[in-house]
Amino acid sequence: MQRSNSGDVRYDDPWYDALASGWGESAGPAEAAVPARRADGADVYLEVQRSAAFQEVRSRYRRFVVPAVAAFLTWYVAYVVTATTAPGLMARPVAGAVNLGMLAGLGQFLTTFLLTWAYVRHARLRRDRAALELRWDAQELARGRGGAA
Amino acid sequence: MTGDHRLPALLLFGAFVAVTLVITTWVSRHRQGSAEEFYAGGRLFSPMENGFAIAGDYMSAASFLGISGLIALVGYDGMLYSVGFLVAWLVVLFLVAELVRNCGRFTLADVVAARMRERPVRIAAGTSSVTVSVLYLVAQMVGAGSLVALLLGGTGEATRAWTVVGVGVLMVIYVSLGGMRATTWIQIVKAVLLLGGTIALTVLVLLRFHGDFNRLLLTAAERSGHGEAFLAPGLAYGGDWTARFDFISLGLALVLGTAGLPHILSRFYTVPTARAARRSVVWAIGLIGGFYLMTIVLGFGAAALIGPDTVRASNASGNTAVPLLALDLGGGAGSTGGTILFAIVAAVAFATILAVVAGITLASSASVAHDLYASLRRRRGKPRSEVAVARVASVGIGLVAIGLGLLARDLNVAFLVGLAFAVAASANLPVLLYSLFWRGFTTRGAVWAVYGGLIPAVVLVLLSPVVSGSPASLFPGADFQLFPLQNPGLVSVPLGFLAGWLGTLTSPEVPDEAKHAETEVRSLTGAGAA
Repeated sequence: MQRSNSGDVRYDDPWYDALASGWGESAGPAEAAVPARRADGADVYLEVQRSAAFQEVRSRYRRFVVPAVAAFLTWYVAYVVTATTAPGLMARPVAGAVNLGMLAGLGQFLTTFLLTWAYVRHARLRRDRAALELRWDAQELARGRGGAA
Repeated sequence: MTGDHRLPALLLFGAFVAVTLVITTWVSRHRQGSAEEFYAGGRLFSPMENGFAIAGDYMSAASFLGISGLIALVGYDGMLYSVGFLVAWLVVLFLVAELVRNCGRFTLADVVAARMRERPVRIAAGTSSVTVSVLYLVAQMVGAGSLVALLLGGTGEATRAWTVVGVGVLMVIYVSLGGMRATTWIQIVKAVLLLGGTIALTVLVLLRFHGDFNRLLLTAAERSGHGEAFLAPGLAYGGDWTARFDFISLGLALVLGTAGLPHILSRFYTVPTARAARRSVVWAIGLIGGFYLMTIVLGFGAAALIGPDTVRASNASGNTAVPLLALDLGGGAGSTGGTILFAIVAAVAFATILAVVAGITLASSASVAHDLYASLRRRRGKPRSEVAVARVASVGIGLVAIGLGLLARDLNVAFLVGLAFAVAASANLPVLLYSLFWRGFTTRGAVWAVYGGLIPAVVLVLLSPVVSGSPASLFPGADFQLFPLQNPGLVSVPLGFLAGWLGTLTSPEVPDEAKHAETEVRSLTGAGAA
């Protein structure tokens, strides 16, 4: 990070942690640790990144998000392209005035709501707890380094 | 329109303006002038509050007036906007909201600059954010102008011009005095009003058809003069292949653009944690989804009850379909019910415009002060002065928006928003996704991704039929149209991704492993988030 203003870390460091440093910690050591952390803070993140716990969180996130994004983008693009290239198909009546195009459009709304629900559930059950632990670990580690330095 | 017809609407306008000014002064009472306070409202909003504010920020007059108007005019093809605007939130929820909350402080550039050489990246991302915001602002200004022109009927150009000026002045006041906190509360109030108004109208439309959606559609189709074709795609975009590619281009821009809108990204910084950001997006998706479903009913309702011809006669691009629908639902012109409903809808639409412009002005002044000013002036002052710069920037942005709003007054607002989305999807989304997910991404890649999306998008719009070469253009007299599509997304979005990739490949710089680790760990765990 190319920064000329190491003197004013509180404001200019985008990573400065205003909220978390106040949680359950006395402000004193945390504040002392913040400037020192810059020296070897990068190590901490490399270490956390290489840890099995982090890789598990990351792969859980990706295993949900990658297929989900692929699925809804495909479904959306298919909808738009079909509406453009095959209006005849979309105009095929299903029930009364409701045709296939109308159902597909409302289907987009439905899948959006369902995927939102699924994502939130997945994040809450499979990711949140581990991510929070990692957060504390990373911050503890950073503070430890800061204290030792 | 008669005098007693206007009066209630003007009173409600006045009441809303008064309420928002009270909010602004109330909030600025406790102002400390810190950047955290000004840009992010102290980061202490609850997910529900932020969800309403996001919905209030996003459900623009373009949606309320423009989409329903388009559906009233061209039927099914107008629905594409509703679908695209909603599905786009999955991109935000899955890929952007939490990670951006964890990695950044106030702007899009924060996320990118954390991994890269700061100055060029900030200048690039700041420039594109301001461009997107100004385009979006113009759309809102045009909406405000045509709304008031309808309301005051016939008094014409001068009224519209003064409305645009008035909206510009108000938004500058909200932002420069109240910052994010006032903006957020205005958006929450507006979201409640807008949803309330939309629900009321939807219920009235459905009651008129005794809850029979099928009959509503049939009546709309019959009244439109197009028959069954009104309910199927093709009326607006079905002609030649140019029109079809335009439709696909627009669809792409809508779904990818939301995640690159600066005023939406800045909303995630107003909550304390990434989890709160996620929960606010869930609130927003619920509210926005419900709202767009109702705009479909309102659009077909306007077609069925008013008829596309009357709508077109009032405003060529359909922006006034919903106010006319309200007049009809209340009992027609001259009736008390009609007058009141019309007044409510007009005031809600006006509130919508004010809240949205405040959000965009705030986000763009943040980009100017936090990214552009801070990078272009090396000798940076204290943070207090950055907030002062942001306040001045909001005035400048207000002036630009007023000028362009006057120039673009005859374009459909939903269409103008489509352009803003295309630029956001081309210039902001590639750099954001690459920074969050690509280990090997470099500074040159980041800069190229921004300019490689921004420049093609803007140039293609300038060369498109929107600006010249057709009677409906901004400059109907000139003809320098070279690009056939109205919306550049289909070309410029891939170009943005491609440019970022090429820039990274050709860059001599070795990507910084440690900074990537930092971004990745922070984005997924929230360690050390601001």
